[in-house]
Amino acid sequence: MAEPLLDLRELQTHFQTFGGLVKAVDGVSFNVKAGEIVGLVGESGGGKSVIGFSILGLVDPPGRIAGGEIRFDGRDISKLGEREMRNVRGRDIAMVFQDPMTSLNPVYTIGRQMDEVLRLHTNLDEAARRIRCIRMLEDVGISGAESRLDAYPHQFSGGMRQRVVIAIALLAGSRLIIADEPTTALDVTVQSQILKLMRRQVQETGAAMILITHDLAVVSEMADRVVVLYCGKVVERGLTEEVIRSPAHPYTRGLLDSIPRITDRQRRLRQIPGTVPDIRTLGAGCSFRGRCAHAQPLCAERSPELAPVRGSLDAACHFPLQETL
Amino acid sequence: MTQPVLDVRNLVKSFTVGDGIFDRLRFTGGKLLAPPKVVNAVNSVSLSIAPGEVLALVGESGCGKSTVAKTIARIHAPTSGEIRIDGKEVSCLNQKELRPVRRELQMIFQDPYASLNPRQRIKDIVIEPLRAQSDRRMSSSDIDAEAIKLLARVGLNAEQANRYPHQFSGGQRQRIGIARALSVRPKLIIADEPVSALDVSIQAQILNLMMDLRDEFGLSYLFVSHDLSVVHHIADRVAVMYLGFMVETASRDQLFATPRHPYTQALLSAAPNVDKALRKPQAEITGEVPSALNLPSGCCFRTRCPLAFARCAVERPALLPQRGGGSVACHLHDTVPEAFPT
Repeated sequence: MAEPLLDLRELQTHFQTFGGLVKAVDGVSFNVKAGEIVGLVGESGGGKSVIGFSILGLVDPPGRIAGGEIRFDGRDISKLGEREMRNVRGRDIAMVFQDPMTSLNPVYTIGRQMDEVLRLHTNLDEAARRIRCIRMLEDVGISGAESRLDAYPHQFSGGMRQRVVIAIALLAGSRLIIADEPTTALDVTVQSQILKLMRRQVQETGAAMILITHDLAVVSEMADRVVVLYCGKVVERGLTEEVIRSPAHPYTRGLLDSIPRITDRQRRLRQIPGTVPDIRTLGAGCSFRGRCAHAQPLCAERSPELAPVRGSLDAACHFPLQETL
Repeated sequence: MTQPVLDVRNLVKSFTVGDGIFDRLRFTGGKLLAPPKVVNAVNSVSLSIAPGEVLALVGESGCGKSTVAKTIARIHAPTSGEIRIDGKEVSCLNQKELRPVRRELQMIFQDPYASLNPRQRIKDIVIEPLRAQSDRRMSSSDIDAEAIKLLARVGLNAEQANRYPHQFSGGQRQRIGIARALSVRPKLIIADEPVSALDVSIQAQILNLMMDLRDEFGLSYLFVSHDLSVVHHIADRVAVMYLGFMVETASRDQLFATPRHPYTQALLSAAPNVDKALRKPQAEITGEVPSALNLPSGCCFRTRCPLAFARCAVERPALLPQRGGGSVACHLHDTVPEAFPT
């Protein structure tokens, strides 16, 4: 079997704060193959965005990568220096950020911001770069691309800006795209356009994508595989179909139950009781045990390891669920 | 028939936006004029809510749903139109005259971080509306007891009553906001995107709480949301807005089973869903919402509508009642049969 494009092994990203050590990412392992979309799901504080930043080497002090490996195309990029990392960023790995209002520079034209990527990462001359930019803008569905190159970000709407950000991410032909909540700031009709665009681009270019989102519905429509995170740990991973249809971890099950379904409308939603615990004071045992209906004394003693349950599903639970949803 | 808790007729709200005078200067008919720039946020919206009913107002950002909510709560003054709360006309009242009205109507806001005063203890926050209504006739011990009772009802305990908002999570803060709205025992609560800032597991807790409170206190809700699955869960009736116009109203089951307006159809098919069987790819719309500064002629949706025809550009469709309940503003649906009473 071909080696995965990205292979995360026991990644640890820690933040030293005055309130104690925050293990935002605590031993996360998963891989992404070329041409595949992997969804990272979880609630706020799950550590999903920090994983994205860690891969790109964008974790600023007081945060640091405290352990583990980030193997991209066979080499560990977590140990690279800033200069080498700059060659990876934008060229090999690109990122689409959540907020299209702040991820573009307001004082430069769209054309200049797009051109920057090509200037840094290719040997094309100016005319060739311009043609490539225009073609890219057309690809992401912006009409009148040639005149739009000279426009500033504030002249675009939110959906258009996100299209530009995606265009920039795709320009250099990156092999891995990390999309951090790419449609959360957008309206639902625009969201479906952007999601379609991203999926088409992945299919056409054969790039891999990590889709970070809190929205299980988006993941279930987009991703081939899903990684569910809770308090910095992977609690479940597997093929999207199986995770959605028959989750093995009570947290995944709880998340799915919390979504109001249009098919069967119940009087009450099944809710996960309580809130996410303070990540600084987790201690031993399973971090979900305080909210889990199936918790046993063992859950407080020993932290469960991620282990195969059935089919493609791996879950970190002492008592994985057996029934299907 | 029982009197509706809320009855809104032809509500219009436009805002003058503050562009500088030099941007607005125009030579018209030999005169130098500076016409005001007007955003038509709400264009003649009518709705009513029966006691105990949940009406959801749905639409994308900029469609005017929050403006409708805030105008009914009289945070904004309406440009024209009537607002009747429990039969009483409130659209022209001043702030002092509105005070007794606020006993009937309270609001829950979207952002649980911005809607609580960071310098007040939560027991003071939740009791503030009641204190204002009681004209200082309540003793402080009564007030404290009532505050703790309110907090208990939304699932917060007495020890937490002396804490400040920053000591609570988003979901808990939204509970505090709900307790504050409940304090005067209103008949109607206007909830402006009350769960959209919350994680999905917390969202379920808050939705359950809101439904329990409706049963317990016989509340009516005007529930503003962009999330169709949440709306499907909580609403009895749904009103869909686009660009300040109401384009369709229907009972929940009817709207989700047989959406009639092309925009409603597009909205329903665009919503991502975990259930594969429910994904409907057919009605796809392109482009984005036009600016409310410059409304399209005729139908507001025609610039994105896959079914638009010549008449849509000329004539603005009226919201007409339909056979089988509900009403739709679309030229494809405005052939009302003779026998059907309008």
